Amino acid sequence: MRNNEFIIKSGFIIDPSQNIEGIGDLFVENGKIAGIYIKNNKKDSRKNGSLNKEIKTIDASGMYVFPGLVDMHVHLREPGFEHKENINTGTRAAVNGGFTSVCCMPNTNPVNDNATVTSYIIKKAHEQGVCNVYPIGAITKGQKGEELAEFGMMREAGCVGFSDDGSPVMNSLMMRRALEYSKIFNSPIISHCEDLLLADSGVMNEGTVSSMLGLKGIPTEAEDIMVARDILLAKLTGGRLHIAHVSSKCAVALIRRAKEQGIRITAETCPHYFSITEKAVIGYNTSAKVNPPLRTESDIDAIKEGLRDGTIDVIATDHAPHHKDEKLKEFDNAPSGISGFETALSLSLSLVRDGVLSMKQLTEKMCLNPAIITGIKAGTLKQGFSADIAIINPDAEFTVESESFVSKGKNTPFAGWRLKGLSAITISGGNIYEWKH
Amino acid sequence: MQKDLVSISEISKDDIELILDTASSFRDVLRRDIKKVPTLRGKTVVNLFFEPSTRTRTSFELAEKRLSTDVFNFSVPTSSVVKGESLLDTVRTIQSYGADYIVIRHSASGVPHFIAQNSAASVINAGDGINEHPTQALLDAFTIREQKKEIKGLEIALVGDIVHSRVARSNILCLLKLGANLRLIGPPTLIPNTLPKGIKVFYDMDEGLNGVDVIMMLRIQMERMGKGFFPSTREYFKLWGINQERLAIACKDAIVMHPGPMNRGIEISSEVADCPQSVILEQVTNGIAVRMAVLYLLGGSKNAE
Repeated sequence: MRNNEFIIKSGFIIDPSQNIEGIGDLFVENGKIAGIYIKNNKKDSRKNGSLNKEIKTIDASGMYVFPGLVDMHVHLREPGFEHKENINTGTRAAVNGGFTSVCCMPNTNPVNDNATVTSYIIKKAHEQGVCNVYPIGAITKGQKGEELAEFGMMREAGCVGFSDDGSPVMNSLMMRRALEYSKIFNSPIISHCEDLLLADSGVMNEGTVSSMLGLKGIPTEAEDIMVARDILLAKLTGGRLHIAHVSSKCAVALIRRAKEQGIRITAETCPHYFSITEKAVIGYNTSAKVNPPLRTESDIDAIKEGLRDGTIDVIATDHAPHHKDEKLKEFDNAPSGISGFETALSLSLSLVRDGVLSMKQLTEKMCLNPAIITGIKAGTLKQGFSADIAIINPDAEFTVESESFVSKGKNTPFAGWRLKGLSAITISGGNIYEWKH
Repeated sequence: MQKDLVSISEISKDDIELILDTASSFRDVLRRDIKKVPTLRGKTVVNLFFEPSTRTRTSFELAEKRLSTDVFNFSVPTSSVVKGESLLDTVRTIQSYGADYIVIRHSASGVPHFIAQNSAASVINAGDGINEHPTQALLDAFTIREQKKEIKGLEIALVGDIVHSRVARSNILCLLKLGANLRLIGPPTLIPNTLPKGIKVFYDMDEGLNGVDVIMMLRIQMERMGKGFFPSTREYFKLWGINQERLAIACKDAIVMHPGPMNRGIEISSEVADCPQSVILEQVTNGIAVRMAVLYLLGGSKNAE
């Protein structure tokens, strides 16, 4: 429903972009943030008189009020794979998870490697989406790794970054060119780090579990080698590199060192990489098949440490919905991916409960940092910005039932898990959506 | 026993011994003039083979026929799955034919588990990807027991492509459960880097064969050539092939096994393949008895329910 004017009252507001942290009220007018009043700071950016009017109030006491979450790595599957997800269902699932801005990867059909496809996605999102959609363009035409795609035209049409996600740029020279050429636009090159030849069509992490199950393993080095290569190329070119879905201990260490050396690099991980290990695959569980593959306890520890010390800037979902029939098959032949929108926030909040991150750090990793990296106007509660807000109940518990997902993709390894914390109310462009499951 | 035999890792030592003991009785049946018993008359078995197989399929088919089951073969080249019908639909179709047993071979690991979860029939794994080939391990254990009386304490060497071999994986699991001491011999490219505790690895064939009671040669798959696992069959035979001189390094009464089909001159010399210490043809006959035992025991549990 549309409300021209309302107050979100008495919530604990966290907005790292303005250094706000405290209980207060948030004012929304005509789909925009109209101001914030923090009780203790006496910070008051309300317009005169708005306090006295009788307007709709959302009681947020006991809740956290975040900027709407920003997810810089999602697959909305449209155009081409609408049986898995489309822009309408994908954005509704995003909003149900607290996300109000999402960056969708280009591995659609046709691939988003030109301005026409970019414009199509943006138009569709405008008509049928319920949150902001920012496309990521392909690095190479058809994601084939052979020829640069038209960064400039795609950028103009609305792309906020470039990636061949799902199919890494194996050719180092091509990656060098991409990092160089993208400097004109200050757009990040988002790298899916995987040495395909070393991965050699493996289907899970190489180690004791792959040995036990007789499944072909992918060594962690397949990721690490490409992270190292891309860091060196970022150093060589001065281009902006963002490492997608970091899953390994060594990758975290490499990125940490690169940051210390002042290389322009940022990185993301996903909730499954700090929540579950390769053991989730036991029983040939295709819902735990994901790329990069789930790794080990020591990788989880390293990723948490990387999040804590700032090596990893972003928590993204890599929301990768698939049709049920596609996952209900031979492990080798099932597609990789996890439908992540509707469990990501809850899994990430556990990092706060476990003392890995402060609530403010979590807000940075799920709101502000991805917005800064992609250069989108989101992840903030600044006055005049779109009213994109997540009102988070940190104590609400629920049992994950994949059939209750808003997303068409029911593929989750967290089915049956009892999770705590959710975005009870998500406000996207001033529209109010209540959590459902 | 449970409903299915999908993996050696999921059955107990007691179950293995029960299968081997039962196989002994069936082995006696196979020595008779009339080799057929009415034990499973009226039961239907489907041999669902997604990978070409002559030996394993024939062995199963004979075992099934000698137990008087109704048998039908459902051979699907893997490519036709890609074309159309999903595995789940194939299984449901077979289920609707009224199959009591599904014997499954597939190029993807874990498929027997998948079918077992999605079918009421007893599922027997006849080889899945690089994962397991449990009846081969059972027939190998049966053959070793027949030759050596007890498996516990024996020094057993598996030689060759361990990493891609479902035969090796099932044998390792089975023989460890039965108390054997295991050695793996082969090029480092073909030996897994994570192994159960207590297994010795040798890259040097002569060193590895010293004092072994059983030598299990594994088939070298030609498709591994040219992919960097080893440079040539010539070099492979020189370093890891078994010939008379090498056989002499093992214990005097050592036996030589091979799951077949053999590549003479690549992993095994003709002299060794045909020597008195070779039990390769016994393995073939024993395979039928062991598969009869498995069918009988799985069916037995269903009747008891």
